[in-house]
Amino acid sequence: MAGKVFAVVVVIVTLAIAYCVMAHVWWMPVDISVHGPNIDHQIEETVLGAGILFIAGQLVLAAFSFLYGDSKGARKMKSFPGGAKPLILFACVVVGIEVLVLSFVGSKAWGSVYFTPPDPNSLRVDVQGGQFAFYFRYPGPDGKFGPLHPELINEGTQNYFGLDPDHDADSKDDIVTAGLAIPVNKPVLLTLHSKDMGHSFYVRELRIQQDLVPGIVIPIHFTAIQTGRFEIVCTQLCGLGHYNMKAYLEVMSQADFDSWLKQQAALQ
Amino acid sequence: MNDGEKNSWKTEYRVVALASVLLVFALGFLHSGRSTSAASAGEITGTVKLDGAAPHQRAIDMAKEPSCAAVHKDKPITTENVVAGANGGLANVVVYISQGLTGNEAASSQPAQIDQKGCQYIPHVVAVNPGQHMKILNSDQTSHNIHPQATKNSEWNKSQLSGAPPLDVVWANEEISIPVKCNIHPWMHAYIVIVKGPYGVSDDSGSFKLDNVPPGAYTLTAWQETYGTQTQNVTVAAGKPATVSFTFKAK
Repeated sequence: MAGKVFAVVVVIVTLAIAYCVMAHVWWMPVDISVHGPNIDHQIEETVLGAGILFIAGQLVLAAFSFLYGDSKGARKMKSFPGGAKPLILFACVVVGIEVLVLSFVGSKAWGSVYFTPPDPNSLRVDVQGGQFAFYFRYPGPDGKFGPLHPELINEGTQNYFGLDPDHDADSKDDIVTAGLAIPVNKPVLLTLHSKDMGHSFYVRELRIQQDLVPGIVIPIHFTAIQTGRFEIVCTQLCGLGHYNMKAYLEVMSQADFDSWLKQQAALQ
Repeated sequence: MNDGEKNSWKTEYRVVALASVLLVFALGFLHSGRSTSAASAGEITGTVKLDGAAPHQRAIDMAKEPSCAAVHKDKPITTENVVAGANGGLANVVVYISQGLTGNEAASSQPAQIDQKGCQYIPHVVAVNPGQHMKILNSDQTSHNIHPQATKNSEWNKSQLSGAPPLDVVWANEEISIPVKCNIHPWMHAYIVIVKGPYGVSDDSGSFKLDNVPPGAYTLTAWQETYGTQTQNVTVAAGKPATVSFTFKAK
């Protein structure tokens, strides 16, 4: 009796999960990027492949429990032909093929983000992660970022990047902001760096998640196709304030962006 | 027990009683002497001025913390590295006695206080004596962490949830000055200045006052977070306030 009840419960749970996934009950938020459909398509394929295997595995489990779970030693326990060794080899080959196929197919989606060159006319924004806030830097009218002097970083004077506008001409017009604003439909190139430790830049709606690694500058580019306000969160545990390490991405029209940038420049 | 013995006992009682009365009087004299000296202790008053225009203070964007951004949405706050008030007064300058103290000054019994309100430290500069209690409050709807980057005292970093009881802090050593920051809200910045003896912090009009300064000759030091220190000699007479003024040149 117990075996049959177990089998029925397994089937019900499996079907309920399959329904939730297929009906997108808990699904990803709306995608606002050009490359996003590649990522979403890849996620759908991965979920589909894994889902078929999951359902098949659960149904086999349920069938065996239903058929044999209640027989009290009447049937002799059968083992895999040849014992444990071929069983493990078989499992390794099957799982290995699955992983290779997924990464081979998935690399196309990954490459669409990482292996394509950024548009030469991209808006460039420098992004700095630090315990526990993101700060952003626009190059200003000269289009050039001034050099960074970490020893000059001073939060009390709001010099989060360690700029020296008195000595570096390129730093004079750099605009440092606490939020990331970008124009809609315009390619954007972010250069990510960290001033202290590992952080991660994640915007769900952009389908972008990239670690910030101290010591290196990591470029990432995208184009947003929908206006709105979205959350940028740190997704790499970085200390006691990690939960509160966030900023906001504002995707706006070019005109709104221009006036926003002008307003920010006036506040420097 | 005969009468003679009784009398000698009485004599001893008398001596003890007299001694006690004398002791009470002596203590009373000592005490009144103390209060007299407190009443005759002088005070130092004065103003701190800024010569020139204060450097540009950058506006602070608190978008990261919406509950605090809402507090300041009508009037964005700025950095407070140089706060010039009305009539050229310079605020947040700590004035203390750097020379001339006996070294045995008692710590002030009044607790000092820093409040975290609207994601700002209020006040921006706070002075305390070693051994004086200091209360740190969180009046915000968000958590803060208080991180005094001390070098002569032990450095610490404590979280304080919204609604948590005040922290009670005592500093062991003199230190000028300890920068305080909140790692969760990097724009938050304050200074704790730990000095022995009487001290004053200038207000928005630049006025300061040092109470209970015993008569004597002293060197006064005025400390400003951006412009550093200035010193002046001053003599305090009993019961008469001495007046001192400092002027910092704007850079």
